Amino acid sequence: MANASPVFVRREMVAAQPAPPGATGATYWLRTKLFATPKDIVLTLLAIALIVYIVPGMIEWLFIHASWTGENRAACATIAQGGVLPDGQSGACWAFIGAKFQQFIFGRYPFDERWRPLLVMALFVILLIPMLLPKVPYKGWNALALFIILPIVAFFLLIGGSFGLPYVETPLWGGLMVTLILSFFGITVSLPFGIVLALGRRSELPVIKMLCVIFIEVIRGIPLITVLFMASVMLPLFLPDGWTFDKLLRALIGVSIFSSAYMAEVIRGGLQVIPKGQFEGADSLGLSYWQKMRLIILPQAIKLVIPGIVNTFIGLFKDTSLVSIIGMFDLLGIVTLNQSDANWSTPVTPVTGYVFAGFIFWLFCFGMSRYSAFMERHLDTAHQR
Amino acid sequence: MKKTLLSAAIGAAVLGFASAASAATLDDVKAKGFVTCGVSAGIPGFSNPDDKGEWTGLDVDYCRGIAAAVFGDAKKAKFVPLSSKDRFPALQSGEVDVLTRNTTWTISRDTSLGFNFRTVNYYDGQGFIVKKSLNVKSALELSGAAVCVQTGTTTELNLADYFKSNNLQYNPVVFEKEADATTAYDSGRCDVYTTDQSGLYAIRLKMKTPDENVVLPEVISKEPLGPAVRQGDDKWFDVVSWVHYAMVNAEEYDLTSKNVDEKKASGGPDIKRLLGAEEGSKIGTDLGVTNDWAYNIIKLVGNYGEVFDRNVGAGSPLKIERGLNALWNKGGLQYAPPIR
Repeated sequence: MANASPVFVRREMVAAQPAPPGATGATYWLRTKLFATPKDIVLTLLAIALIVYIVPGMIEWLFIHASWTGENRAACATIAQGGVLPDGQSGACWAFIGAKFQQFIFGRYPFDERWRPLLVMALFVILLIPMLLPKVPYKGWNALALFIILPIVAFFLLIGGSFGLPYVETPLWGGLMVTLILSFFGITVSLPFGIVLALGRRSELPVIKMLCVIFIEVIRGIPLITVLFMASVMLPLFLPDGWTFDKLLRALIGVSIFSSAYMAEVIRGGLQVIPKGQFEGADSLGLSYWQKMRLIILPQAIKLVIPGIVNTFIGLFKDTSLVSIIGMFDLLGIVTLNQSDANWSTPVTPVTGYVFAGFIFWLFCFGMSRYSAFMERHLDTAHQR
Repeated sequence: MKKTLLSAAIGAAVLGFASAASAATLDDVKAKGFVTCGVSAGIPGFSNPDDKGEWTGLDVDYCRGIAAAVFGDAKKAKFVPLSSKDRFPALQSGEVDVLTRNTTWTISRDTSLGFNFRTVNYYDGQGFIVKKSLNVKSALELSGAAVCVQTGTTTELNLADYFKSNNLQYNPVVFEKEADATTAYDSGRCDVYTTDQSGLYAIRLKMKTPDENVVLPEVISKEPLGPAVRQGDDKWFDVVSWVHYAMVNAEEYDLTSKNVDEKKASGGPDIKRLLGAEEGSKIGTDLGVTNDWAYNIIKLVGNYGEVFDRNVGAGSPLKIERGLNALWNKGGLQYAPPIR
């Protein structure tokens, strides 16, 4: 028995066979994903009906019947409305967006000085891309340039008044530029402040803990719109004569303290789920408090709450449109403002403006969301929870 | 009670600072080198941005006229867009020097809010627009209607008064922005839209089918729209008022931005006096500006008729008739005291 030859043992793997015809391809996919059960069939048919009902009309309105060029409202209005289009036709007025595009991006920033925001924008993109790609080295220097040096350079470049640049006051700033400045500043400030507040709230020192709790709870208890409104209407009345507080600065401060409070709670959520053993392990290695946090706790906690952080960023990005109530014109504000231009007022102008603003907001928010998904996968080195 | 105390405290604070901010606005304006005007955040024809982002409109041109009178340069005007709620605190606090933001002159704004009104750069009145399909011939038939209206304006108050005094029921649908209210009306959220008649001209441009709407004959209010300044600063008040009077007088004398140079040399004594071309004239310097103040307004901005035509009249998409805003000798109410 011992030297019986193992003739029945295979020496090679059998080559992979193609799957049976019914288990692959389009029919298989349709059968399992769309038409598996009677309930699925009904839902699929309903969804298709909905798409057929909505999408062609949308495409027609957005593209086919849209007016792409024109000098004034006549291009977008029907004959009955005093324009040139056939009666009964309705389509987006992209000519309005075209005529106002520069304004939507720069606000009322002086025409000849618009290279300045463009240059800031270019610098921002040049510094942001290597920051976002995990493989590019020198992250520390990159972060220093992006988060510290760029805001300072941008401030002097945009406001001018020195280095031979004409002064451009902040009420003239507007459009996408203000939206991006507010959200970049808010994001840059809120993450470190949020971390500090979250750590403070978990601190064992009663004074620090109380201050952080009060700050977070007070800020989270007031709507942002209230603070902005108070700052714009009431503050000037109580300040001594001649004191003015730049509106953009008010908005920047308001937006950043708000997002800091929310960020603190998100990060605290991450800190809560780190097992006690991690803290004790760090202590037993003799690490100081800050070393422990920086090297062991925060990297794990922040990784866990990336979706929450990005959620706050996206919320902040969209909240910036609230500044239009204090007379600043962010992207949405300037789109709304331009709807009052009688040269362009047609039934489709307001809708077109909102579609455009919505698309730009979506573009940025979707970008942030995709990047966060990428970072989650990239950082997913430890055990799954 | 608490509420009363609180509002009294706020009122006291408001008035306290208002008087602090109203010392000598003309000197302040000259010192800082530009005039700051509160304008609306977008009312077609009165103040709205054009394609280049420059402010245009009847109220905006009034402000440019003030800049032209004080500095001889219509560009030395800065515009602060204000919502209808923000406008009064902004003037009280000194954030703006003058409010040229189609504001209705009422006694309470003149007295308790501490402002001064004198000139009216647009006589308006509140009207209704309804869908033809409702078959309504008069505002008195509007009982039970849903009415779109902009909040924080005299429009809202007039509406309430009118329906109350005629014992009619209505459902107000209020909006913060004019544009939102008009869109809501056009999409059928309300049966009636009410605003100043100038606004009804603007909404027509936004309608899907302008011919299917009618403006009802009733004009339920008087809306004299004019600039407001803080009380207790007569010199500045005079400058703001006479800018308007100069523009109206210029129209009366047929002085336009095109012919003003020629008429300065060839015109009669009235015209020469207005333009400061008279020997030893002190009219301008007594007002606190230069003697060619009126010349600058007319040259750089235009006379009242030109400004009206360009922004809201026949030369604009709004095509509003002169109506009450015609000169007094042409059947309207625009009347200016003599400049002599």
